[in-house]
Amino acid sequence: MSEVPMPLWEVFIRARNGLAHKHVGSVHAADAAMALQAARDVYTRRGEGLSIWVVPSGAITASDPAEKDMMFEPTASKIYRHPTFYRVPEDVGNM
Amino acid sequence: MYTQGLLHGKDEDRGGPEPAEKLARFQERIDAEEKIEPNDWMPEAYRRTLIRMISQHAHSEIVGMLPEGNWITRAPSLRRKAALLAKVQDEGGHGLYLYAAAETLGVSREELVEQLLAGKAKYSSIFNYPTLSWADIGAIGWLVDGAAIMNQIPLCRCSYGPYARAMIRICKEESFHQRQGFEIMLTLCRGTPEQKAMAQDALDRWWWPSLMMFGPSDTQSQHSDKSLRWKIKRFSNDELRQKFVDATVPQGHFLGLAFPDPQLRFDHATSHWHFGAIDWDEFRNVLAGNGPCNRQRMTQRRAAHERGAWVREAAIAYGEKRRLREAAE
Repeated sequence: MSEVPMPLWEVFIRARNGLAHKHVGSVHAADAAMALQAARDVYTRRGEGLSIWVVPSGAITASDPAEKDMMFEPTASKIYRHPTFYRVPEDVGNM
Repeated sequence: MYTQGLLHGKDEDRGGPEPAEKLARFQERIDAEEKIEPNDWMPEAYRRTLIRMISQHAHSEIVGMLPEGNWITRAPSLRRKAALLAKVQDEGGHGLYLYAAAETLGVSREELVEQLLAGKAKYSSIFNYPTLSWADIGAIGWLVDGAAIMNQIPLCRCSYGPYARAMIRICKEESFHQRQGFEIMLTLCRGTPEQKAMAQDALDRWWWPSLMMFGPSDTQSQHSDKSLRWKIKRFSNDELRQKFVDATVPQGHFLGLAFPDPQLRFDHATSHWHFGAIDWDEFRNVLAGNGPCNRQRMTQRRAAHERGAWVREAAIAYGEKRRLREAAE
């Protein structure tokens, strides 16, 4: 391979005022300013967003899929964390 | 995130025998319609099949910019020119989404581009045909993008998450491409006799190559079975080809055009359009590099890549300089 690899960035876009930024994909770019430009060209050609974040891909720490059960399974047994666990007589009305 | 397949752990879990229980568990997940994500365990053949499919798809988007780019400067009006520019820009974008999806499987875009330029990778045979008249731009949008959509809609449900997500975006955008192509055809067909003849000529040349886009017949296809079992593909080549013919023939008749197939007829028993035999020798010949434009396409791609090298180098050097400066401050 003769080419120097272009750094990789993850792109997050805020679709509308009041919404959170959401991951939409990645771009290759030499620096943050060019990554923003590329993200604009690649991911917002049809009014998809009002704001863009680009983050170096290597800066993201992700949970390991192999540890999915250990990480998330314990919440499945804790049904008392949900409002429907608790009984309220109908006479009380909406709560 | 998506890309960690590229950053580390590239060779983790690779090579060596694949335990039967892991394979069975993997197939269970597929059967349960679970999406497979980049860092999940997957059989090596699944990874290879996806890299091959996604990268061929990405290359096709990029090479596909050439036949249409040919007409940007000669589009008949500003409206047509703006639409064609937007379409070609979309194809570039589609190439980027797809290369990014392939990278999640642990292969870099640079490697994939190098495979294309070295002539080691395939791209869709259709882009090796020339765009001789403006009507070809209409026929490409209507037929080639129409066939592509037919292929791509089921890929939105592909078992591999990043590919499926890229396809959802792409399908939304392709639909504009097909409609702009059909509108060009309709305008020509409602124009002068010469204009209508241009539209007919374009249909005559693009019809059969469009049918070939779905790939070899099911009896010949090397990859179909496994891809269906792994839910990479949802329909076989022949099923998709038939769907395309059924959808497209009435549209052609609406235009008042004749299809270049004397055997084309509606079969009331099956409710499908029956079509004649495809010339698979032509298909194989074009894939083998002997189509009308194979050499020109690759020469143009290589030239563009080489001419852009100094820009990529300068951008990286400048980015590096700024990083060092910031670190020093």
